[in-house]
Amino acid sequence: MKPLLACLLLFLTWLPSLSIAEEDVRAGALLEALDVRSFADKGEAISELAISEDPRTRYWLNALLDGSLQRTHEGRFVVVLNNRGRSWPVEDALTQEDLGEISRRELNRISINNSLRNQIRSLIAVADLYSEDLSLRRASAERLVGEVDEALAEFLAEHIEQETDRRVQQRLSLALAIYQLEQGELDAVAELHGSLNTDARIALSRAAAQEENPLLAQEAQAALSAIEQRLKMNRTAETLYFGLSMGSVLVLAAIGLAITFGVMGVINMAHGELIMLGAYTTWAMQQLLPGQPGLALLLSIPAGFMVSGLVGIAMERGVIQFLKGRPLETLLATFGISLMLQQLVRTVISPQNRTVVTPEWMSGSLVVNDALSLTLNRLYIMAFALLVFMALIYILRRTRLGLEVRAVTQNRAMARSMGIKATRVDMMTFGLGSGVAGLAGVALSQLTNVGPNLGQAYIIDSFMVVVFGGVGNLWGTLVAGMSLGIINQVIEPWAGAVVAKILVLVFIILFIQKRPRGLFPQKGRAAGD
Amino acid sequence: MWLTQPLYERSTRIFLGVLLLAMILVTLLHLAVPADHPLYVSAYTVNLFGKYLSYALLAVAVDLVWGYLGILSLGHGAFFALGGYVMGMYLMRQIGDRGVYGHPELPDFMVFLNWDALPWYWLGSDSFLFTALMVMLVPGVLAFAFGYLAFRSRVTGVYLSIMTQALTFALMLAFYRNEMGFGGSDGMTNFRDILGFDLRTDETRLALFLISGVALAVGYVICRALVNSKLGRVCIASRDAEARTRFLGYRVERVQLSVFVVSAMLAGVAGALYVPQVGIINPSEFAPLFSIEIVLWVALGGRATLYGAVIGALLVNYAKTYFTGVMPDAWLFALGGLFVLVTVFLPKGIAGLLKQRKQAKEKEEEVPA
Amino acid sequence: MKRLNQLKKLAVTTSLGTALTLATLGSSQAFAQDPIRVGVLHSLSGTMAISETVLKDTIEMLVEQQNAQGGLLGRELEAVVVDPASNWPLFAERARELLDQHEVDVVFGNWTSVSRKAVLPVFEELNGLLFYPVQYEGEESSKNVFYTGAAPNQQAIPAVNYLHEQVGIERWVLAGTDYVYPRTTNRILASYLQEEFGVAEDDIMINYTPFGHSDWQNIVAEIRRFGSQGKKTAVVSTINGDANVPFYRELGNQGIDAADIPVVAFSVGEQELSGIDTGPLVGHLAAWNYFMSVDTDANYDFIDAWIDYTGDEEAVTNDPMEAHYIGFNMWKEAVRKAGTTDVDEVRDAIYGVTVPNLTGGYAVMMPNHHITKPVLIGEIQNNGQFDVVWETPGTVAGDAWSDFLPGSRDLVSDWRAPMSCGNYNVKTGRCGGSRAAEEAAEALGE
Repeated sequence: MKPLLACLLLFLTWLPSLSIAEEDVRAGALLEALDVRSFADKGEAISELAISEDPRTRYWLNALLDGSLQRTHEGRFVVVLNNRGRSWPVEDALTQEDLGEISRRELNRISINNSLRNQIRSLIAVADLYSEDLSLRRASAERLVGEVDEALAEFLAEHIEQETDRRVQQRLSLALAIYQLEQGELDAVAELHGSLNTDARIALSRAAAQEENPLLAQEAQAALSAIEQRLKMNRTAETLYFGLSMGSVLVLAAIGLAITFGVMGVINMAHGELIMLGAYTTWAMQQLLPGQPGLALLLSIPAGFMVSGLVGIAMERGVIQFLKGRPLETLLATFGISLMLQQLVRTVISPQNRTVVTPEWMSGSLVVNDALSLTLNRLYIMAFALLVFMALIYILRRTRLGLEVRAVTQNRAMARSMGIKATRVDMMTFGLGSGVAGLAGVALSQLTNVGPNLGQAYIIDSFMVVVFGGVGNLWGTLVAGMSLGIINQVIEPWAGAVVAKILVLVFIILFIQKRPRGLFPQKGRAAGD
Repeated sequence: MWLTQPLYERSTRIFLGVLLLAMILVTLLHLAVPADHPLYVSAYTVNLFGKYLSYALLAVAVDLVWGYLGILSLGHGAFFALGGYVMGMYLMRQIGDRGVYGHPELPDFMVFLNWDALPWYWLGSDSFLFTALMVMLVPGVLAFAFGYLAFRSRVTGVYLSIMTQALTFALMLAFYRNEMGFGGSDGMTNFRDILGFDLRTDETRLALFLISGVALAVGYVICRALVNSKLGRVCIASRDAEARTRFLGYRVERVQLSVFVVSAMLAGVAGALYVPQVGIINPSEFAPLFSIEIVLWVALGGRATLYGAVIGALLVNYAKTYFTGVMPDAWLFALGGLFVLVTVFLPKGIAGLLKQRKQAKEKEEEVPA
Repeated sequence: MKRLNQLKKLAVTTSLGTALTLATLGSSQAFAQDPIRVGVLHSLSGTMAISETVLKDTIEMLVEQQNAQGGLLGRELEAVVVDPASNWPLFAERARELLDQHEVDVVFGNWTSVSRKAVLPVFEELNGLLFYPVQYEGEESSKNVFYTGAAPNQQAIPAVNYLHEQVGIERWVLAGTDYVYPRTTNRILASYLQEEFGVAEDDIMINYTPFGHSDWQNIVAEIRRFGSQGKKTAVVSTINGDANVPFYRELGNQGIDAADIPVVAFSVGEQELSGIDTGPLVGHLAAWNYFMSVDTDANYDFIDAWIDYTGDEEAVTNDPMEAHYIGFNMWKEAVRKAGTTDVDEVRDAIYGVTVPNLTGGYAVMMPNHHITKPVLIGEIQNNGQFDVVWETPGTVAGDAWSDFLPGSRDLVSDWRAPMSCGNYNVKTGRCGGSRAAEEAAEALGE
């Protein structure tokens, strides 16, 4: 397969001059060759297709790649434009003429497997090296690392000179050096020294293991140990990142509870379901704005806050206000509400999980170096958690509402005699806490299932975080969430996920024996029994 | 004798009377009435009632700590499940070589795991007497260890509730692990005999039902005697004003600890009675939601009355059986709604309602027409 | 409107049950005798509702279709639905209720192994019939249970064969949720890989996570490192239901592409994918005995009927649904053959019963209560469907006892007379594989 990459290059620069009719006959034959059972034959056919000078090659390869190149029962090649539902809109693969909708029963897919997918991508990558688009060139250079063969190496050696972008150049040199090292060239070791790239490391360890060239093995070994050192540092950084990101999820899930539970003393077992409502709001928003997942997600932030907040206010008005001074009984009532909300979602929407799409700008990762990349969705969620936290601190410290909330929690009777409407403050506080739970749901929709059980998964963790941090203290929640996240991620690699979770729980139980009021106990009269 | 003291009390007598009557009635209707008669109680129903009675005992145990000590335990399911597991181990050993792999000693799941011998903590599990002892000891020791730490450092209120929840959650995760040697997520099932009696016969089911009833009666009397004793009054004092009780010179943490341990043991017994009747024990009994549900039974029935707990447990479980059969899609609404309505409108539960009625009636009688 | 229809259907089926079937049939024909009762034991609430509700609907649909064709033995079929609420002891109670109170003739139900284990004694005691439609870990053979889902040799083993032979995988990650099915499957696979392909112990990484695990960062990073040692690596995933979405999301975000480290899953089907944005997952694999994308007329008819029944154009079908379809038809054939619904006679009649499956072949009921199935490997497509890239040449018969576990190697199951035994030990020549019984017999002989 690899020599063919070079052939492709040869032809890409050579523009054809055949008549349209002749072309279509040829193209038909090329596509015909793709419709075989054996994947090996299909691979041959793809290579044939790639070196054909047909301008539609790229279009066909892409269609093949995403499975939309199909054949009708009559033998006509078509490209499916949308493959949802029972009938699919298609266009002719040769003429690109719109053929309307065809029942999926009538269509057979030209299927490919992973290795063919790989082959096509590499073909496209080589072609992309000529692209005007810098990001395409970078992606294709990235792809070629570890994929270089003799013909491509020769071509690359020349092509690097022409390339204007430094990053593309570096990547191509790396790709070339790996190939050269595989060929036993000593100079290549210097080029790979300190590189964190996986393919480079594999090539080096192979070079170190071989016995034909002792000098090369020695050099490679030296380069490897330098790499190991750097890898270790990166692993530590990575674990820290994992911990912080898990921590920020915990904080986000728990911080609403820190308000309803910590400030108001309501044990809200329906907190998880308020999170769930936030996540469902995101789903609903994406349904309302099809094709714009990013915008929908942004709009879900206020919408999720409102939905959960309003449900929270309804709960407060409808149930919780009657349970003043009986905190443990709020647990029971809200548990009942949580059961009802779950079943409501099951009956009205569906017991199945819903798909929430991750927008383009949130998927993938931020590459720090070859061994360390930070996943973007979690990075955004981390920032979002901090933002929500700051906003809450601001509201509680600097606004009228915050002042009133603090007054009411510290001394209800006194606050009321100062003219504060305590019932209204209760309502607003609960609404705020619930709304924040909704925000957590919006964020979680990007990480996990959006389904009726979503809330259940977070309720216990949320309580642990609040109690560990100290009830009634937002900073406590932040520190507790982050440290539990980090502890968990540090233990996990050597103890396994199950044991890590158990150990964290035991740790919290023992910690509470030592400090019965959490990390940051409330001080002063508010703490009184 | 402080233990017999409650027998002179009117409420206890009524409770025991009703319980006895119900047991006799069920037995008669099961044995003496022909199967096609509308009043016939089938073995299935007897079995169900037996299960409810073991739940009722569990509810009494929870009411003891919640109603009289003011400790809202969200982890009593753990003690219940531990008692159940101890009983499950015994029943597992009784299967002997009738398991699928036919190993004379090892339960199937251990054969499957390639274990050569029973782990040390399974020693003695083939003796019923030892099992009966461990059914109380294992939950008791756990409750003692947990309570000793918690009460000594004065972890109270919501903190304690959440900690009990963490306890049962951690145990659940641990028991899910195959390496624990308790059958992993499948737990233990396919039991055959108990004390040589075949578990799959109607007679054994009836006997287990009757034993559960007796256990409930005994458990009830013990709890009643406990709360009527001086210790019980200290309990109530510490529930209502812990600091003051302490200042009066009572060692509140010791009182709390001892009652907590007794309650855990009762829960263990309930679990041990439950397992042979439902035929399976697995880690889902440790689920925090189950523990919350137990508290709800007590709340529904009426806290700090003991008999209220029994009423609540029977009622909720019967409703669960009924509604999941009749309206499977809607029963969670019914259950959830019930809890909300009860906590808001019936803060003292059904027992409170009964009391109110009685008082109103007495008042009416006092006022001449 | 769709939703309204669904709701209406829901309300009617649940509250009226019998009345509905009677009403819809009123026009077609009247049935003289008592209906044949078909029990449905699937969780409609709680954590398992997510998977099990569609199976309940499937059986109801099949019952409806059968009634429209004139019922069975001239009698009407009636589905009796109960809700075990994802609670295992409640499963046992409900099973007893179905058999004892409702006196059903057959039960279709259960999803999790633990729920099956919980109801097993009940079915054996009351001599009921249970059709269990989900792939499971094997190591069980009951006289009263028919296993229409895949045993490990009908799913896991062919899948690793494919990966080893066609994809050239040399290094294996066996990742699963910490419960019995993954534990068993992974034990079988580890032993199979070592014995058959000579894979070194270092080249197998086994990892377990709790139910509903949502933070996969560390594990995915570990998989990435494990897979970047220069040998082609694959992940064999027995990760259960809810934990899959965050797992695949993390895979996608950490840039693990199916072309680098393919993941082959045994518990991820169309139903699960319908809750995931499959764009980043294209090329990851699943092994099943049925895919919705299979190109046969029988399958398209089934899908169309299902879409009409649910009133949802986007409704998907999956492997356990096909298993119920096959199981229902097998039971139907056996009842016809026996001329009665009597459990023992139906059981005797069902061995060897052959019905078409939805993938263009036939399923046969074997004497060990398992059925023959083709094994398909599919790659995930961007529309939440699988594209079949490989399949076994013929069908594979389910094996109750794995050949790759020391304890069960010598056991076979054959429920026909004269053996009539679920765990016959070929070494000792005894049913129950009982060593103790063997020893006792020897002692007596001496």
